Amino acid sequence: MEAAASYVKDTELRLGLPGTDAPEKPAAARGSKRALPEAGDDKSKSSEEDCGDRETPVAKAQVVGWPPVRSYRKNSFSLQARKGEAEGAGLYVKVSMDGAPYLRKIDLKVYKGYKELREALDWMFKCFSQGDVSKKEGGNNGSEYAMTYEDKDGDWMLVGDVPWDMFISSCKRLRIMKGSEARGLESRH
Amino acid sequence: MTYFPEEVVEHIFDFLGSHRDRNTVSTVCKAWYQVERLSRQHVFVGNCYAIRPERVMARFPRMKSLSVKGKPHFADFNLVPYDWGGYALPWIEAAARCCTGLEELRLKRMVVSDDGLELLARFFPNFKSLVLVSCDGFSTDGLASIATYCRGLRELDLQENEVDDHGCQWLNCFPDSCTSLVSLNFACLKGEVNAGALERLIARSPNLRSLKLNRAISVESLNKILSRAPHLVDLGTGSFAVDDRAEAYHRLMNCFTKCKTLRCMSGFGEASPCCLKALYPVCINLIVLNLSYAPAIPSDDLIKLICHCSNLQKLWVLDCIGDKGLAVVASTCKELQELRVFPSDIYGAGTTSVTEEGLVAVSSGCPKLNSVLYFCYQMTNSALITVAKNCPHFIRFRLCILDPGKPDPLTNQPLDEGFGAIVRSCKNLRRLSLSGLLTDQVFLFIGLYAKCLEMLSIAFAGNSDKGMIYVLDGCKNLRKLEIRDCPFGDGALLKNVEKYEAMRSLWMSSCEATLGGCKALAAKMPRLNVEIINESGNLVESKENLSDVNKMEKIYVYRSVAGPRNDAPEFVWTL
Repeated sequence: MEAAASYVKDTELRLGLPGTDAPEKPAAARGSKRALPEAGDDKSKSSEEDCGDRETPVAKAQVVGWPPVRSYRKNSFSLQARKGEAEGAGLYVKVSMDGAPYLRKIDLKVYKGYKELREALDWMFKCFSQGDVSKKEGGNNGSEYAMTYEDKDGDWMLVGDVPWDMFISSCKRLRIMKGSEARGLESRH
Repeated sequence: MTYFPEEVVEHIFDFLGSHRDRNTVSTVCKAWYQVERLSRQHVFVGNCYAIRPERVMARFPRMKSLSVKGKPHFADFNLVPYDWGGYALPWIEAAARCCTGLEELRLKRMVVSDDGLELLARFFPNFKSLVLVSCDGFSTDGLASIATYCRGLRELDLQENEVDDHGCQWLNCFPDSCTSLVSLNFACLKGEVNAGALERLIARSPNLRSLKLNRAISVESLNKILSRAPHLVDLGTGSFAVDDRAEAYHRLMNCFTKCKTLRCMSGFGEASPCCLKALYPVCINLIVLNLSYAPAIPSDDLIKLICHCSNLQKLWVLDCIGDKGLAVVASTCKELQELRVFPSDIYGAGTTSVTEEGLVAVSSGCPKLNSVLYFCYQMTNSALITVAKNCPHFIRFRLCILDPGKPDPLTNQPLDEGFGAIVRSCKNLRRLSLSGLLTDQVFLFIGLYAKCLEMLSIAFAGNSDKGMIYVLDGCKNLRKLEIRDCPFGDGALLKNVEKYEAMRSLWMSSCEATLGGCKALAAKMPRLNVEIINESGNLVESKENLSDVNKMEKIYVYRSVAGPRNDAPEFVWTL
């Protein structure tokens, strides 16, 4: 493949999504003057038909510094977009259970929601407890344990209050609390 | 008047607010020059290379406040290479030698180093206020110096800077004795700060009126902060990510009910739609609202919020507000003076979020509108004509149609008539940015009617040299002209060379001007710096290969009494 050309392309500043080509040229009605700078290699589309007719512009021009939006602003949006993507690294947190001789580590990204998390922990710590770790329906007297977590501010919170995505982004470690401590927490909810 | 004692003349000069007026009176006679220079406290330098720092310090020894601007405006859009220049250190060093009474420093688009910040912190005993806008080159270590050594610091305002996070707990460096903070803005910092240290700092800052948090600050922290600082006027919210079922949300709403003085809000970086409801108690008091960094909020939720904001004077939003949302702005915000609509979908294929309809609606509904920045996918001549009729009081009109060179979709005509209507109607227009398909005709209109115009930005427009010539000949008050990708060549560049001495600067990139043209300009006008910025390859080598007919990729021309820069990198060649 044209390794050099593709390297150059990779380092270009472009507006199109990665993988899109064919920059749009301004309408030929402008005259014979130079259209866009040679920011890209393929200009397979002459886009007179694009200007003005469509409601949604499809291929954007590969033009450096266009649209004139400050790089700070552009970067802050791409940061947010990237945050939403799954990152390869995984999100490992320690899980401790009161009374258990050792801790475990789990990858929060693996679970789709609270139900799966509880089931996984249930299974993981089954050998240390008589009852279920998961909250049983019917409230207070159901469970012997409560799942809590330490958040970014260092506070110990009850698992389950906030949306799952918010939880995994703020959870630093998990603690399965047992007995009276747990009941104290449970009775407030 | 020269026979009055100096103190009287000085007292009269005190009534002159603007630096331009003071510049003018200082040219009347030697006596006035002396009185003026010794009494000037606020010094503004629009181009850091127009004059050497030492000369400024020598002329104004009693300077208390200094503002300096560095890189050309197009640096914001990556058109100026990273290490082009604009260094703050020479200014700080010069001030450290002669003007240690300096209290305030405001820098825009400059390269600031940690060393510079440390110098600032240590050598200016009365230093009170640091404002950095769109700067880079420094890290949290530099901020730690400011926090540690500036006794009596009142203002630390970091706006949209690129700051390296060295992880040090700079906020913890504010000593317990620091109780003077009035304004703290660290919204642009990417790293974490110690929430506890922040809360304690705020608790001992009774004069704090403006606080802008970064995204690392959680809503839980925000709640604690607001309860310590109920007299805030200006708030940047931090992450603002909270579920409306959570207790933190209810506490937040409660806090806002107590913030009676809150007038300006920004931030909302991770805000979800339900969070906005917490703001309803303060909306009626808001005069400034910046939602332009909150991409997760759909139009309907924005509308619900805007409905409560009937006293808004300045609104910055993303185009996901839609034409429908702008119609609500038009019917609700009768005090609106400034509107900015930014594109939310810079990288993707884009859906039509706002069109000319939104702008027309706001122009019709908001009688006090005088400043607009509008990114949209299409614009028509008839819409612009309507806007011009509705808003003859525009001082700033910046329109960016996202497809370069796009014509009026209804008529397939250029937008000359539309922009012509704007400049004809808005007699006080000071700043104008053009876009869409435009011929030389629009420049004829601008030269003819835009007599107050000070700054003009042009991209992908015009047919010939005539366009640029109309502007240079007609716009008597033009100070800054920035052009990219237009067919203007040596004929335009050389037609009215004296004009450039009456302007701060000219930027031309991807145009038709040649090396020969630039050389001719430099030869005719020795008090101009004509910079060629040639990034491709080693300039030293290619200087031999360059012939006069080669087109210059980037040209930056500015008046200067300092001569050619001594800090220019290899790829910058001053003719």
